[in-house]
Amino acid sequence: MSALLELEGVTRRFGGLRAVSNVTLAVPVGEVVGLIGPNGAGKTTLVNVITGVHPASEGTVRFAGADITRLKPYQAARRGIARTFQIVQPFSGLTVLENVAAAAMFAGGAAYGDAANHEAMQHLRFVGLGEVANKSAASLTLAMRKRLEFAKGLAMRPKLLLLDEVNAGLNLNEVEAALELIRAIAARGVTVLIIEHLMKVVLSLCSRIVVLHHGELIAAGTPQAIIEDPRVIEAYLGRRYSKAQAGSNG
Amino acid sequence: MKRDATGAAVLFALVALLPLAGDAYWMRLGTIVLMYGVLAMSWNFIGGMAGYPSFAVAAFFGLGAYTGAVAQKFGLPMGVAWAGAGLMAMIFAALLGLALLRLRGHYFAIASLVVAEVLRELVNAATDLTGGGMGLNLPIPAMASIDAQARFFFYAMFGLAALTFAATLVTTYSKLGFGLRCIQQNEAAADMLGVDTTFYKVSGFVLSGVFVGMAGAVYASWVHYIEPPDVFDVLFSVKAIVMVLLGGVGSVFGPLIGAALFLGLEELVWRNYLEVHTGVLGLMIVVLVLFLPKGLLSLSRRFGRWRPLA
Amino acid sequence: MLYLQILANGLVLGGLYACIASGFSLVWGVLNVINILHGSFIVLGGYLAYFAYVNAGIHPFLSILIAIPAFFAIGYALQRLMINRIIAAPVLLTLTLTFGLDLMLSNGMILAFTADFRKLVLEPPLGTLAFGAVVLPIDRLAAMLLALALTGMLYLILSRSRIGRAIVAVRMDREAAALMGVDVKRIYAATFGLGAMMAGASGPLLVMIFPISPLGGPAYLGKAFVICVLGGLGSVPGAMIGGLVLGVVESFGSLWFGPEHAITLSFSLLILMLLFRPHGLLGRKGYE
Repeated sequence: MSALLELEGVTRRFGGLRAVSNVTLAVPVGEVVGLIGPNGAGKTTLVNVITGVHPASEGTVRFAGADITRLKPYQAARRGIARTFQIVQPFSGLTVLENVAAAAMFAGGAAYGDAANHEAMQHLRFVGLGEVANKSAASLTLAMRKRLEFAKGLAMRPKLLLLDEVNAGLNLNEVEAALELIRAIAARGVTVLIIEHLMKVVLSLCSRIVVLHHGELIAAGTPQAIIEDPRVIEAYLGRRYSKAQAGSNG
Repeated sequence: MKRDATGAAVLFALVALLPLAGDAYWMRLGTIVLMYGVLAMSWNFIGGMAGYPSFAVAAFFGLGAYTGAVAQKFGLPMGVAWAGAGLMAMIFAALLGLALLRLRGHYFAIASLVVAEVLRELVNAATDLTGGGMGLNLPIPAMASIDAQARFFFYAMFGLAALTFAATLVTTYSKLGFGLRCIQQNEAAADMLGVDTTFYKVSGFVLSGVFVGMAGAVYASWVHYIEPPDVFDVLFSVKAIVMVLLGGVGSVFGPLIGAALFLGLEELVWRNYLEVHTGVLGLMIVVLVLFLPKGLLSLSRRFGRWRPLA
Repeated sequence: MLYLQILANGLVLGGLYACIASGFSLVWGVLNVINILHGSFIVLGGYLAYFAYVNAGIHPFLSILIAIPAFFAIGYALQRLMINRIIAAPVLLTLTLTFGLDLMLSNGMILAFTADFRKLVLEPPLGTLAFGAVVLPIDRLAAMLLALALTGMLYLILSRSRIGRAIVAVRMDREAAALMGVDVKRIYAATFGLGAMMAGASGPLLVMIFPISPLGGPAYLGKAFVICVLGGLGSVPGAMIGGLVLGVVESFGSLWFGPEHAITLSFSLLILMLLFRPHGLLGRKGYE
């Protein structure tokens, strides 16, 4: 299986601080990969490096075989890398439809006007926001804003979708709905890299998990392997959880 | 868009009739309104659509005025001089934009304001070319009569205003306009969505400069004599901004409406209170900024981060 | 040693500039408002000192003491009544508002004082002082020392007094300060008052050295801009450094390019700084 996204020795420094340190990983095409780690581990920074918000201080990032280390965010977006944000901020002065149409136009390559609007409507219906297309984005609830983020992400026609804590602030039902949505997206062939705190989500969704701690990659593998990995347990999960999980999975 | 275009066609057709009905005073006023209309619409590209508080209008105006004037001094015909001024303003705006549009908020505002000052001093110093502080006389165009001349310049400004309006219309209903709006809403997010923010911002900035430059050149030809402080006057920038605030930021007709309203008010005031002209202008500005609900409200929605705390 | 003299001139000038800019920088740093009125406040203070001296024999140094509470009050009231209404609005609006207010003030000054240039000439003149090869006029020197004293006073207010600490807190984090019980409205007004005070109090100093006119505000404002960009916002030490650098640059600039190009030089410096080091020479926004 070829890797869609490859990071090699990626380091990102802010002054003296190494937010991301010598990370090497590969995300295979068509998989859902989880990126976990304690607060401050450098997960969002890593996503920022991949998308070009912060250029890597060292190392390379390859996407679909091409070196994208020095690309600017808009260039990464046009190549098919989409991301959502932890703190969701849609264009509040625009309507829901316009928000998604923007994504379709600028990253997805749709033509301005009817074409982009049409495509935007399709994505909105897919995430269940078809009814509110002409409402102001500022009027949406948090859960709906998260779905708007999904719609925007999809409208970018991504090959790789980076989800950053999409479940923050959602209740159990909303989390379930979000999970379904992500599964549906993955089923469409989009490769997903998901940053997530909720272990339940990660374990049920991901075929591979990568663990970051203090900016370093300390483990990578299947969910089962990760749970039993002593380094991960030490850094993140805690003994009790891993034992309970090991017990219930038999 | 069609609705806007039709409405505009009617409006412009009506305005075009003005010289037939009015006397020299009204034509002069009309020419000024059209000129400021160009300035206001131009500012709207960068300040209204993209949300960058530019004070560079004065810089472009003065640059255009002197480019046109110097070109005419060297014998070039008026039309060519005006086009040259536009070209000069375009190039200058592109270079300046690349340099300054990395700045945000206050820093960008000040830098754009200061540019006019620096240009003014440079023009002042280049006495051989521009006449420096002694000003520059332009050749008076040979025309049938004073009236004919007044009409000529009215229609010149009219044409420029129509051109600027057309550019506004096309931009507003295009990918460029949409991109500028996204940048104004949240530049970082726009970047992540695939908008080449540098290219779009610079484009907006160039649009905000090219027509202003031509307006400066037409103005110079119209008044036959210019001095650096006249054409590099920061009030051009401030008035343009206030007019757009008055009429509605980022909208298609707002700048024109604002220009007409503002100048109408100013004309009423100026005639009566010459001594306190700038003071009353200041008062008008203060009142507009503090109490104008429409202009302010539309701004707050568009700028998105209005959080009154104290 | 011509260069030494030029340097000394520049430093003396710089001390004055630091005083002018510190209040401006404070208001910009704390309220995020660029007070276009600042330059005109300086001119107003100068005029008041001038007329006080010419008509009533009040020494300009004494006028400073009068200016301090007077301008603080004006600034406080202005902020509380007007500027606070749009304090959270985009840069564009606050800039345009203070611009409009400035137009009103300068027009008022033209009407009240006429557009003639005025300079306060002390009777009897104070003469000059020689430090080796460097000769300095005593009035300039005295003005500079007083300017430094005023700047120092501002620094002490910010670092020692309760209200000063509250201002710094609001500067660092407005919401957190409010949560701590700081009345942000009052602090904004007090800060603006301090800014106006610094401007009004430096007027008497400047009118002894430079001729003033009602339209002279923008020139001082321009210098304040440059100093803020050089030295960083909201910081008195920053204004100090920025002021000294500008003073020296202008001094040498006058020598090499002629005094009429002083403004162009300082604005060019401004633009260069904005392009390459927008946070100032110190590299970070100061907090004191």
